[in-house]
Amino acid sequence: MRFKLLRGDTILIIALAAAALFIIGLVVGLAVELYRGSAPSIVKFGPSFLIGSKWEPSRDLFGALPFIYGTLLTSAIAIVIGFPISLGVAVFISEKLKSHQTFGYLLGVIVDLLAAVPSVIYGLWGVFILIPFLRDYVEKPLHNSLGFIPLFSTTPFGYDFFTAGVILAIMIIPTMSAVTRDVLNVVPKSQREAMYSLGATDWEVTQKSVLPYARSGIFGAFVLGLGRAFGETMAVTMVIGNIPHITSNLFSPGATLSSLIANEFGESSGIYKSALIEIGLVLFFVALLINALARLLLWRMTRGTQAKF
Amino acid sequence: MEHRLSFERAGPMTKSNLPSSISLWRKIVNKLMTVLVIVAVILAVIPLVVILVDVFIKGGPAINIGFLIHLPTAPNLPGGGIANAIVGSFTMVGLASLISVPIGVGAGIFFSEWSSSKLSTISGFMNDVLTGFPSIVLGLFVFVIIVLTSKQFSAFAGGVALSFVMIPIIARTTDESLKLVPMTLREASMALGIPRWKTVLKVVISTGKNGLLSGILLSVARATGETAPLLLTAATSSYFAKSIFQPTASLTVLIYNYGTSPYATWQTQAWGAALVLILIMLGLNLLVKFTIGRSLTGNARMEM
Repeated sequence: MRFKLLRGDTILIIALAAAALFIIGLVVGLAVELYRGSAPSIVKFGPSFLIGSKWEPSRDLFGALPFIYGTLLTSAIAIVIGFPISLGVAVFISEKLKSHQTFGYLLGVIVDLLAAVPSVIYGLWGVFILIPFLRDYVEKPLHNSLGFIPLFSTTPFGYDFFTAGVILAIMIIPTMSAVTRDVLNVVPKSQREAMYSLGATDWEVTQKSVLPYARSGIFGAFVLGLGRAFGETMAVTMVIGNIPHITSNLFSPGATLSSLIANEFGESSGIYKSALIEIGLVLFFVALLINALARLLLWRMTRGTQAKF
Repeated sequence: MEHRLSFERAGPMTKSNLPSSISLWRKIVNKLMTVLVIVAVILAVIPLVVILVDVFIKGGPAINIGFLIHLPTAPNLPGGGIANAIVGSFTMVGLASLISVPIGVGAGIFFSEWSSSKLSTISGFMNDVLTGFPSIVLGLFVFVIIVLTSKQFSAFAGGVALSFVMIPIIARTTDESLKLVPMTLREASMALGIPRWKTVLKVVISTGKNGLLSGILLSVARATGETAPLLLTAATSSYFAKSIFQPTASLTVLIYNYGTSPYATWQTQAWGAALVLILIMLGLNLLVKFTIGRSLTGNARMEM
């Protein structure tokens, strides 16, 4: 009898541990296989792959710099637009709506639904609705009035860094605001009450006592949003124009690491394909770094507050 | 609220003699920030409303019975449908579920029930990292291990790629929902002399099954909307695939291909397909939100 019981436990724990090990294996496998797939390109181009600014597959020139630049620029635009809005949404739900639970819950549902819309639908909407709108009502007026500033000096066609950044901002707001909201919710009530008892206004409580307390978690949400923006593929591919450029012109077409893979993978072969897989390897390490950082920050903030039995 | 209002009426309290204009200034800043926060909410919600409305307006006219049951036609020929893409999407998501549910649920149970073990900490951390991974990287991975080896784009490869998208989500939601099961239930079961494996399978899982199920449904929704991994693994096709080892069409890849094509008929069909896709997604999400998903905690929700 005793032996039988032990066996049941052993079988279960082995099966479950195998599943947990599978996840570690998956991350390790990703690194190993992507390295294997990109080995020809790594051997052939070496470090010049990362700093080369020319991408001309027909002439065997493969430099990833324009795509790294495009990824950084679009993510920066997305963060500049998206982060303040996300913070606002989170503050609104967790601080302003404390006495209106249902409304706060509904708003949370709406924001979560926004996160559930598939990337390719954002892309489709971007191509047919957002591009004409931004081009006619934002980019052209900016270009006409402020065209002497290098940022706005290219004649806008809509397929550009700026549009890609705006689409990314729309896409990362749900993630960032949901995480920030959860972080603000774990700030102890006493923290707010102490500030109120000093006669502070709502905003002063938020600014001086809630936000500073939650800063590492908010920074975690920020980094998580950045990670989403870095890896986002389809919507960006559809609106960015897919021409590698390193330029400060926001209205110039460009390309990102992920849009490059999505756009050119189908027509590539041989060393070209290997170079694209190496782009994926770059993306893998960047994503690994960003996500690990975000998780560490969030973990520091929320540790001990979750139900532990 | 009461005590604050009465306090503001009494004027500023800091260092006794500050002029009352500072109090006014503080009130203005307070109001201003409230307005800014509300503006942020409006800015965040507008795109959702606009996207949904646009998809319904532009996709609605494209949808009829023929659109749902016919095969695609060449551009600018009438009567094209998306039947093979619908079947392809369901096939691949089904395959992905077969792979990811056992692994994801298993890992989730391990994270929750053996949460103090080292393996649980490391794997749980990797799992969180994996959740935020660009899905196109997962697609590249499956391309290298399956498509390159079999020299064939296939629904099988697509399903495997989607399963890698689903596993971390299922594992995390399982973990979160099982952690909500009160410890006393486990103790009561153990006190009756029921072995641990039976306690886990019969007591813990059946108590937390709602959360578990909603996690699985949310991951299915997420996988249904994935494009990038399928682009690199299943490619596309204009016909029904004869087996899971052939290139297979999917709703998302079809939307991408049609939406970026120069043909008006295909563009209209892309909107139609987008409406079908969004109805599936919203259906799954709302089902989870308003029925079984209320028990999910914040951490599980934020993975979506």
